[in-house]
Amino acid sequence: MEALQLLIYGFGVLLTWKTLALMMLGLVLGIFVGVLPGLGGPNGVAILLPLTFTMDPTSAIVMLSCIYWGALFGGAITSILFNIPGEAWSVATTFDGYPMAQQGRAAEALTAAFTSSFIGSLVAVLLITFLAPGIASFALRFGPPEFFSVYLLTFCSFVGLGREEKHKTLISMSLGLLLAGVGMDTVSGQLRMTFGWSELFRGINFLVAVIGLFGISEIMLTMEERLALRGHAASISLRVVLKVWKEMPRYWMTLLRSSAIGCWLGITPGGAIAASFMGYNLAKRFAKDKESFGKGRIEGVFAPETAAHASGTAALLPMLALGIPGSGTAAILLGGLMVWGLNPGPLLFVEHKNFVWGLIASMYLGNVVGLVLVLSTVPIFASVLRVPFAAIAPMIVVSCAIGAFAIQNAMFDVWLMLVFGVVGYVFKKIGIPLAPFTLALVLGNRAEDAFRLSMIGAGGDMRVFWSNGLVGSITTLALILLFWPVISAVWQRLRGMPT
Amino acid sequence: MAPEHEAQPDSPAVASTRAVDIAVSVLLLALAGLLAFDNWRTGMSWDATGPQAGYFPFYLSMILAGASVYGIVKELAARANEPFVRREQLQRVLQVLVPTIAFCVLMQWLGLYVASFVLIAGFMIWVGRIAVWKSVVTALVFSLAMFVTFDIAFDVIMPKGPLEALFGF
Repeated sequence: MEALQLLIYGFGVLLTWKTLALMMLGLVLGIFVGVLPGLGGPNGVAILLPLTFTMDPTSAIVMLSCIYWGALFGGAITSILFNIPGEAWSVATTFDGYPMAQQGRAAEALTAAFTSSFIGSLVAVLLITFLAPGIASFALRFGPPEFFSVYLLTFCSFVGLGREEKHKTLISMSLGLLLAGVGMDTVSGQLRMTFGWSELFRGINFLVAVIGLFGISEIMLTMEERLALRGHAASISLRVVLKVWKEMPRYWMTLLRSSAIGCWLGITPGGAIAASFMGYNLAKRFAKDKESFGKGRIEGVFAPETAAHASGTAALLPMLALGIPGSGTAAILLGGLMVWGLNPGPLLFVEHKNFVWGLIASMYLGNVVGLVLVLSTVPIFASVLRVPFAAIAPMIVVSCAIGAFAIQNAMFDVWLMLVFGVVGYVFKKIGIPLAPFTLALVLGNRAEDAFRLSMIGAGGDMRVFWSNGLVGSITTLALILLFWPVISAVWQRLRGMPT
Repeated sequence: MAPEHEAQPDSPAVASTRAVDIAVSVLLLALAGLLAFDNWRTGMSWDATGPQAGYFPFYLSMILAGASVYGIVKELAARANEPFVRREQLQRVLQVLVPTIAFCVLMQWLGLYVASFVLIAGFMIWVGRIAVWKSVVTALVFSLAMFVTFDIAFDVIMPKGPLEALFGF
């Protein structure tokens, strides 16, 4: 029950006019960002981060996380009305959402999408409220070896569980870790990999890389594809909303299943994209008439949206409790914490109660307000897509440049952003995943510090990573995940062999 | 060229995905080599206090090199696949990339806000073929809004040029 008291305390932190206004602003900006092709959750948050530099951390995180919720809601609008997923995680929503719009049931599909998003994140927020404090207080007992093994687990699970080619995941991750190491070495104070170039002494800023990788490269990809926007108009009436809500309880199993998948994939770095597809596929597999999927079935909207939102929200759990982000956007929020002078990790729950519980309370409130907001303003946001891309593209470029410059007041960063933009474009096209790179770049130094502190503590003995049950099992699990592709191949061959 | 040909998706391919994949892997291999050398110079072994500064990154560059070599070998064995980018697509990508570079250059002399006005108005007029007055008004409103939001409301200071100096900012 302590969690409930703290939650009420969090609402107390939240309920000031200023914070509420920032919350609304964040939601509107987020929906806007989610609707626009070429912008999305991670880059929207990264680009708008500079707005928060002069705010206190609580207001800042409330606004940024609301941008994120807004982007999650906004992605569904374009998927359903225009058959263009504003976000990768809303691809699965187009499968049944767009056919519904074609049949003139756009309002129904949108209501279904928004409501199931809401349910998905509600489940995840409940999980965070009751689980995160426990995990954090447990993690307070962690020493460097435990932390390193958790980092290792995060990295290895990307390699083992990712859908991309394994060597490309490795390339992405090792490159991210290397770039994280550029500049001053935090343990010895030596300069590394700077080649005497003074601009590199500061290191490569994570946010600059993200803005380039996601923002600029996305503009290039969108230009290349030349989107022709032809969508369906929609406005949602209360009658439709009530109709969908009445139907909803029938699909409780789908909602529950998708929420569970989403929470699981959000906490582990599987991410919202995998969650939405898995939610959709499982709903299809368990349905009696599989044929009706893809032809405008409302369950086909419920399943991926619930999973995507649950996952997007649950990704904040490891970020808050352990300082390890479960998704790209969570990684950027983590970058924000450092900019505002907070040290991410389990101590956050002890030292910055205001911040943590304000954020958790804002997840509840932000999702309720967000739901009402999107339901009532869909026509306005849908009309955003009728603005020609030629007007939006340069504005996004300018916003990216502002974001990149503001982080350290350095022109060099603007150029760096441009380079990362081209790199991101090429990487996306040849299938090198960007998420492991992002994660590695933000966690690289912390992982290295944890490793070296463990080594210093243990006098260079690697066995420290198996020195007690906890650290031993995490390290072992990490190694199993790393070699999972090999293990499962061998296992299948053994089972397939006639004996 | 007849207009209906312009939108054809099969304008000639500039490069195959396989070729770009190999080129990127070679570049990454070179980068890995360079970084490995630098970290070897920094010190990649153990001393009394544990691993030296170059230890971690040195082995990371080995992993990067290994993964790149694997990628090169794998792609060399594969057959040429779908195009990486078609000429017509590349033209459109350059339509946004070149102005963006120009914008970054301009930003250093004219300040961010003037450069952003030039970029938006120019892009809308020449790439989007949108009416001049609409483009200019949009660019002006956006740049002013950015100025008010960042420089005045949120105290985030952007590079400024002669025009802002004229108004005493």
